Amino acid sequence: MLEIKNLRVAVGGKEILKGINLSVNAGEVHAVMGPNGSGKSTLAQVLAGHPTFQVIEGEVTYEGRNLLEMMPEDRAKEGVFMAFQYPVEIPGVSNAYFLRSAYNEIRKHRGEEELDAMEFLKLLRQRAKLMNIDESLLNRPVNEGFSGGEKKKNEVFQMAVLEPKLAILDETDSGLDIDALKVVAEGVNQLRRPERATVLITHYQRILNYITPDYVHVLVDGKIVRSGGKELALELEEKGYDWVREKEAVPAGA
Amino acid sequence: MAITDENIKLHNPTPEPGVEELVSREYKYGFYTDIEQDKAPKGLNEDIIRLISAKKEEPEFMLEWRLKAFSHWLKMAKEEGQPKWANIHYPEINYQDIIYYAAPKKKPKLDSLDQVDPELLKTFEKLGIPLEEQKMLTGVAVDAVFDSVSVATTFKAKLAELGIIFCSFSEAVQNHPELVKKYLGTVVPPNDNFFAALNSAVFTDGSFCYVPKGVRCPMELSTYFRINAADTGQFERTLIVADEGAYVSYMEGCTAPMRDTNQLHAAVVELIALEGATVKYSTIQNWYAGDKEGKGGIFNFVTKRGKCLGKNSKISWTQVETGAAITWKYPGVILEGENSIGEFYSVAVTNNYQQADTGTKMIHFGKNTKSTIVSKGISAGHGNNTYRGLVKMQPRAKGARNYTQCDSLLIGDKCSANTFPYIEVQNSSSSAEHEASTSRISEDQIFYCKQRGLNTENAISMVVNGFCKEVFRELPMEFAVEATKLLSVSLDGSVG
Repeated sequence: MLEIKNLRVAVGGKEILKGINLSVNAGEVHAVMGPNGSGKSTLAQVLAGHPTFQVIEGEVTYEGRNLLEMMPEDRAKEGVFMAFQYPVEIPGVSNAYFLRSAYNEIRKHRGEEELDAMEFLKLLRQRAKLMNIDESLLNRPVNEGFSGGEKKKNEVFQMAVLEPKLAILDETDSGLDIDALKVVAEGVNQLRRPERATVLITHYQRILNYITPDYVHVLVDGKIVRSGGKELALELEEKGYDWVREKEAVPAGA
Repeated sequence: MAITDENIKLHNPTPEPGVEELVSREYKYGFYTDIEQDKAPKGLNEDIIRLISAKKEEPEFMLEWRLKAFSHWLKMAKEEGQPKWANIHYPEINYQDIIYYAAPKKKPKLDSLDQVDPELLKTFEKLGIPLEEQKMLTGVAVDAVFDSVSVATTFKAKLAELGIIFCSFSEAVQNHPELVKKYLGTVVPPNDNFFAALNSAVFTDGSFCYVPKGVRCPMELSTYFRINAADTGQFERTLIVADEGAYVSYMEGCTAPMRDTNQLHAAVVELIALEGATVKYSTIQNWYAGDKEGKGGIFNFVTKRGKCLGKNSKISWTQVETGAAITWKYPGVILEGENSIGEFYSVAVTNNYQQADTGTKMIHFGKNTKSTIVSKGISAGHGNNTYRGLVKMQPRAKGARNYTQCDSLLIGDKCSANTFPYIEVQNSSSSAEHEASTSRISEDQIFYCKQRGLNTENAISMVVNGFCKEVFRELPMEFAVEATKLLSVSLDGSVG
């Protein structure tokens, strides 16, 4: 589904990603872990198409198409979803209205008929129930006055409504208490489908107690230095990021 | 591979036009209708005023009133000239180079739309205001003002059954001179300000509405204004009176065709609410704003004021101002009656080289009077947007309260927003609250929307409409839809 080859990315003239290779198939959950400043969030933002980040080399193929050529909204319409690390507030626009606009853009793109307000509200309520989301959230302005936990829950809720093919979660677990973390994790688990892939970007192993990844990748200084199964996360938790850094120290110069 | 422009171009999507580029747009209603006109010669003097009054077959008291206003204006013009305190810049207007009277030549007495000049009907169709359809579908009575003379009035019969008078100002002068005499100039006296004096001297037409005691007007009353003849100033005069316990909601919307020379527009609107009455006045203003370089466009100098004369009366202004090269407008309320309420909800957009100095005046006289001001200013391009508001609590306005909220939204970095609140409290038991904020549409907001599948235009429109929500929800339903559309047209260049 997603094929990243030798991806190099710069921001403000500084290279952040220094040749990433990653292959994600439908049905898989990949955890990308790394210390602060390793380039994790940059990877997420580049896949979503944030204009601040500039690709200087490499390829990203999504379902056989050159993802890097596509506008951010076209990526979204083709099923790429990013849960933001810092969700943005849009005062005065209700969550329900915002989501309906997004949902209908995606439907239009697929050649499907748009849903009217009533039909959409029905769908929204059903998803909210499924996700254990309080209905009052639907009428509140997008992220305005939300607590940190509510914002993150809202991101996962949006994901549940928009049903992406490729979900990228950018540190959705940071700053959450254990209850909010469980809600977020449960949401992600409920959305696991054979046709859907998830890239879970995280600093901590903690969320992986609730979401079992198929693969774990360790990103250090703009490069994936180790890849493995779910046990790699546990090893990392035990030994810390310095452990991979040290291991990497020798081949890095080669 | 190095970080070069070429590499960046190669590996990233083609950059979109920036937010600023998207928000500069062309006027949608730029066309011109060819209807023969009966024009007065250019210039302003007593003879012209006599001519206007004669053309309109006015009673003597009107002519006297006009001449008195004219002498006030002459005095003001000599002593001070155009007001200079506002935060707007424009050339001195040559008042002798303006035609003060122009009427469509074919001026039939009309009972139905069939009698309307077909050219005119086509104009309205182009504007997307098919009268016929409105009449049938929306139940809105439309008094269409074309240049300075009303040519079509609908639903009159139905309103007449309830004793509601809704007609052109000229007709009111003919048929209800006692009401005109009683209320005209009682809220905005002819010597109120330079432009009000000018209007009082030369106004050619406008709308008049009287709702009798205890009657609730069953439909939204609406007028569409349109300047059409080149170099013709338009001087509208509107007077709305709601008698005891009456209710009326009036909607005014306007568009104007593209023009190279600046056109002066100096309207006066007076609202009067007697005991227990409510008047709601909504405006969508979309006059030609000038081109992207700031050439042309309407100068909009308007005096709008309401008077809550009776106890428990209420006057509410809602305006969406997206057009005109210059907007100078302060719809206010004089709160005379005890417990009366004044409201002002405003969205003002300035784009390209538009300038707006707008706000309100809430003058509290009566006990326990209450006013609410919500102003939303949006600046884009080189637009200059100023909120100017006066809240005044007179000594006898015991227990009076005001709440003011002024928010500015900036799009791009060449525009500006200013807020000038004046608060004068002359007694110790009243209170005034003022909140203000300035924000910018951020790239992050746009990106967030795009990541969910909205394009840049829709993203801007979403953020802007959210910003204006508190004002839009005060608009009548039909108008709210139009306002939302107009705002996205004004700001993102997409049509419709």
